[in-house]
Amino acid sequence: MLRFEKRPTPSRFWLYATPPAAVILTMIAGGTLFAAMGKAPLEVIRTIFWDPIFGEFAFYLRGQLLVKAGPLILIAIGLALGFRAGIWNIGAEGQYIMGAIFGASVGLAVFPTESRWIFPVMVVAGAFGGWVWAMIPAILKTRFNTNEILVSLMLVYVAETILAKASTGFLKNPEGMGFPGSRNFSSYPAARNDFIYEPLGLHWGGVAALVTAVLAFILLTRHQVGFQIRLAGQAPRAARFHGINPARLVVLCMGISGALAGMAGLFEVTGPAGQISIDFNTGYGFTAIIVAFLGRLNPLGIVLAGFLMALTYVGGEMASTNLGLPDAAIQVFQGMLLFFLLAVDVLTNYRFRLALGAL
Amino acid sequence: MDFGGINPVILIATLMASAVPILLAALGETVVERAGVLNLGVEGMMVIGALGGFVVAVQTGSPVLGFIGGAVAGAALSLIFALLTQAFLANQVATGLALTLFGLGVSSLGGQGYNGIKPPPTGQLLPDALADLPVVGPIVFGHDWVVYFSIAMTAVLWWVLKSTRIGLIIRAVGESHEAAHALGYKVNRIRLGCIAFGGAMAGMGGAYVSLARVPQWVDGITAGAGWIALAIVVFASWKPWRVLIGAYLFGGITVLQLNLQVAGSGIPVEYLSMAPYLITILVLVIMSAGRKANGAPAALGQNFHASR
Repeated sequence: MLRFEKRPTPSRFWLYATPPAAVILTMIAGGTLFAAMGKAPLEVIRTIFWDPIFGEFAFYLRGQLLVKAGPLILIAIGLALGFRAGIWNIGAEGQYIMGAIFGASVGLAVFPTESRWIFPVMVVAGAFGGWVWAMIPAILKTRFNTNEILVSLMLVYVAETILAKASTGFLKNPEGMGFPGSRNFSSYPAARNDFIYEPLGLHWGGVAALVTAVLAFILLTRHQVGFQIRLAGQAPRAARFHGINPARLVVLCMGISGALAGMAGLFEVTGPAGQISIDFNTGYGFTAIIVAFLGRLNPLGIVLAGFLMALTYVGGEMASTNLGLPDAAIQVFQGMLLFFLLAVDVLTNYRFRLALGAL
Repeated sequence: MDFGGINPVILIATLMASAVPILLAALGETVVERAGVLNLGVEGMMVIGALGGFVVAVQTGSPVLGFIGGAVAGAALSLIFALLTQAFLANQVATGLALTLFGLGVSSLGGQGYNGIKPPPTGQLLPDALADLPVVGPIVFGHDWVVYFSIAMTAVLWWVLKSTRIGLIIRAVGESHEAAHALGYKVNRIRLGCIAFGGAMAGMGGAYVSLARVPQWVDGITAGAGWIALAIVVFASWKPWRVLIGAYLFGGITVLQLNLQVAGSGIPVEYLSMAPYLITILVLVIMSAGRKANGAPAALGQNFHASR
């Protein structure tokens, strides 16, 4: 009979080998699923993972990768800091929405003024919006010991109703002929999140994501705060003896992740989405949770994981238009990826032993 | 006897029915958490149950089989969680979230082609002669069988957890898995059983949404009910009768805000529909404030690996 035996120290090999292993297992399981749905499995897998990078329309789709990866990376890095410290911010989707609403409100309030300062101020307002929304669960946790998972999640639903109100009410385009949705930012140059280099799909959100990844890596590996985050997550008791204030850490981690999610929302709404509308949010806040784990809660790993997840989005859209694969199949595929990752992860801390006879 | 267009008898009768999904799911989760397992995948299991129940009921034409189908679907999904956390010792928080994401994906994939169909109706259980009585009729006699089942389950679980051997073992595993293991109980197997039970209850709760409350199939039909169920378990301090009170409280708020929307109270619809979520947060704050442990099982969320 097989049994697990705890390793004295986590395996370095499996630490890096689990994500690729999980991706391969997901491809196998996903291929089986696609075959069961009556699609040619290899063709679907190729459309998702190969065509966006090397296929016929790659010149356009490659740019789309960074467009999708940017917000995922930005949100996931913030989440990873918290997850490392054992603080579970699950409501990034809500913080993303609130960031977009705050930032867009600032921009629309001064419409149609032209100034180079408008966009930076909007970014700050977006980050502030996400930060405020994350501070609610953070303060409730530190003051009243309330579960941050449930509160941050409840606030996603609240944010969605505020978004509905914004796009049909207070941010509605006065010249929109009654249609829901705000003014479109593509026709407001000062507040527009333009491409800096279009072939790569690089806009300010992508720049922010990559810069944040580097800063977060330095924070975690070289800075006192990073040490405190890691210590609090791995050995909460030792962290208390070390004099780390858990409440401060909660406020800090939730604040950073909220601000980053809010910024991601602002970049999205002023760029790819173009306007505040009832359903401009596409679940990046939840997918970012998968990205954070797939990247092993390591900022540089998250960059890779963000691109991989972006590939499933871009490739999934291709598969949906060319092969008629339902969008939901991609969601299932992403869910499977997280399952396999969590399952394979056992090998990092445990090893298999074949125990014969006595048990 | 109307107050601003809202009849209190009808209100109580509807809140009992509208509380059923969260009541069933929260009861299941209570058992799971009493065994020391934190399954955050309730929303995913509910939505899978909603689809499973709907599909079975539509295909067979029998709502009872539908509820069984929902329970089986929920339990099946929960077994993925059980496998990952009990065999592969994966982090329970992350696995629970994955279960919700996966469940929402699978249900929207499997639900294609079921939009716009009406399921077979789940009628009231008792004859009209009883249900037509004034006041007590609608409140006590006018419900379908699932409402009575959910109340009966509350009583059964209260009794099982409090005064039976199985309940004692479940609580022992949840309070101190090391001690339970030392006494010779198979901690992970007991937990597996509890997780499957919780999945079945959540699945049935989900099926009640798609078969009786809405009743039709829409993507993401449970709309956060699973998360509210999780909050109710905390609110109830892991006690079945308090779960019932909590579920009725939230059912009442949901029904009230819907009635206010219809009655046109002047409060914008958006602010009314966020009320259940805001009140959940408020209740969580009140229940958690000032107390360190508030009755949570001591081993909640910790995986057990028998080293000896």
